[in-house]
Amino acid sequence: MSVDLATVRRIAHLARIRVSEEEAPYLQNEINSILSFVEELNAVDVEGVEPMTSVLPMTMKKRVDVVSDGEIVDKVLANAPAREDGFFVVPKVIE
Amino acid sequence: MSDLTRLTLADAREGLAAKTFSAVELTQAHLDAMARAKGLNAYIVETPDKALAMARASDAKIAKGEAGPLEGIPLGIKDLYATEGVQTTAASHILEGFIPPYESTVTSNLWRDGATMLGKLNLDEFAMGSSNETSYFGPVVSPWRRNGSDAKIVPGGSSGGSAAAVAARLCLGATATDTGGSIRQPAAFTGTVGIKPTYGRCSRFGVVAFASSLDQAGPIAKTVRDTAILLRSMAGHDPKDTTSVDAPVPDYEKAVGASIRGKVIGIPKEYRLDGLSAEIASLWDQGVAWLRAAGAEIREISLPHTRHALPAYYIVAPAEASSNLARYDGVRYGLRKTGKDIVDLYELTRAEGFGKEVRRRIMIGTYVLSAGYYDAYYLRAQKIRSLIKRDFDLAYQSGVDAILTPATPSPAFALGEKGSADPVEMYLNDVFTVTVNMAGLPGLVLPGGLSSDGLPLGLQLIGRPFEEESLFSLAQVIEEAAPKIGLPESWWG
Repeated sequence: MSVDLATVRRIAHLARIRVSEEEAPYLQNEINSILSFVEELNAVDVEGVEPMTSVLPMTMKKRVDVVSDGEIVDKVLANAPAREDGFFVVPKVIE
Repeated sequence: MSDLTRLTLADAREGLAAKTFSAVELTQAHLDAMARAKGLNAYIVETPDKALAMARASDAKIAKGEAGPLEGIPLGIKDLYATEGVQTTAASHILEGFIPPYESTVTSNLWRDGATMLGKLNLDEFAMGSSNETSYFGPVVSPWRRNGSDAKIVPGGSSGGSAAAVAARLCLGATATDTGGSIRQPAAFTGTVGIKPTYGRCSRFGVVAFASSLDQAGPIAKTVRDTAILLRSMAGHDPKDTTSVDAPVPDYEKAVGASIRGKVIGIPKEYRLDGLSAEIASLWDQGVAWLRAAGAEIREISLPHTRHALPAYYIVAPAEASSNLARYDGVRYGLRKTGKDIVDLYELTRAEGFGKEVRRRIMIGTYVLSAGYYDAYYLRAQKIRSLIKRDFDLAYQSGVDAILTPATPSPAFALGEKGSADPVEMYLNDVFTVTVNMAGLPGLVLPGGLSSDGLPLGLQLIGRPFEEESLFSLAQVIEEAAPKIGLPESWWG
């Protein structure tokens, strides 16, 4: 399978990464090189094989559903590029 | 006083206990070495004040007879581990300036046991690379050089800073992480010892996530014993990581020096790749001979799905990375590029904040997870993982205790030598290590000798799940039998 330029642009948008017009053909080549590298997997018989979930059979531990953390607004916001009155600030999203 | 940076971690522990030198003196010796080694670019951030404060606290504890198992031992920390109050970047521009308000569990465990932090070690950006050339903060230069050449050699990756710092004596040991070979390949390239424990042995809490079903923490150090000492402190159950395993942590050091008589060692025929270099093949044969001489039984085994591991990895790892790295959006932390609206902000921030290799892997991951492709790629790759794991299960069920393979298909290469035209060329570095991550098994790499041009070559031991102790016993035998390659002498200042 290989991708065309339109697909590269679509993936870039899904991944929320801006790709310039000059960059797109290079990315297309690199992605196609990787896709052709993984192509051989199509020949592997996986009929009846379960996907791997863990190294040893084990059930996931569940914690008690209680509040165990919080009241740390300053810590949560400490690294934010923009903050105001205890909130993260982003460009207006609702007109 | 003799140069304290030449000690092994175990020797330093004895010297501190005997009060031959203080933790402050030991830490200062390493800080001085770091100051002379800036050209290697092994550290992104050095924390001398913190290191000395921790060392003074260690000296006080030693004086009171309250020393922990790692009291006063200076370590380097891969900059993928969140360290409270100290910049943590994953070697990415997108996290430049990020100061975690919390500490990773593994580093907490090390500080609990008395270790001191020298600084944060360089790596490939988000641990994506095999040469440490994808770091936003520039490549790490290996302390090793080819005979008669001053060409700059890569230390491997992604834990290139960790491996180079240990090899150049800029710390007594280092934390590292391994998703496809990122502890073991740099250990092999630098003549150091590294172990990736079984998936679930160490907590992933506070380690910047790359591919969550593959990522695992582990140490790099100068000797087998030193890695055993470090792993005991790093490992353990953590309620903050549901995949961490609630099983007691053995005293791994006790396994160092234990007899290996009667152990069955599997030699997988599929690892004898077409075009495997003669010197790697001969090192492998040599490893077999060393183990046999110590009483191990050698048995040829077959791991028929080996060749599919690397392609399957290049679906699973990017898929999980694309999901994990979605959090870097310019809103809560890290870099922000302002755009005309929120989507513009995301796209511009991520285009500028991520380097080329990271962008490429996110794009691949996004593609293989996108509507209509999930079953054909990710689900199929996870099924192939089951087949790879089943190969190992069958070998172990037939009585094999551990498996011996080469660590890498070649010795270290020069900066800029690989992967510039085709990313797959770089990926092939991990051909012997990646199967171990796919199956979740423990793997240890240690030096076995030198290449014809004077660079270290490594051997890999692969174990049964949670049987790291066997690996330490076997590795000690090889360490004692192998020629002492030593560590490189300083040309870097």
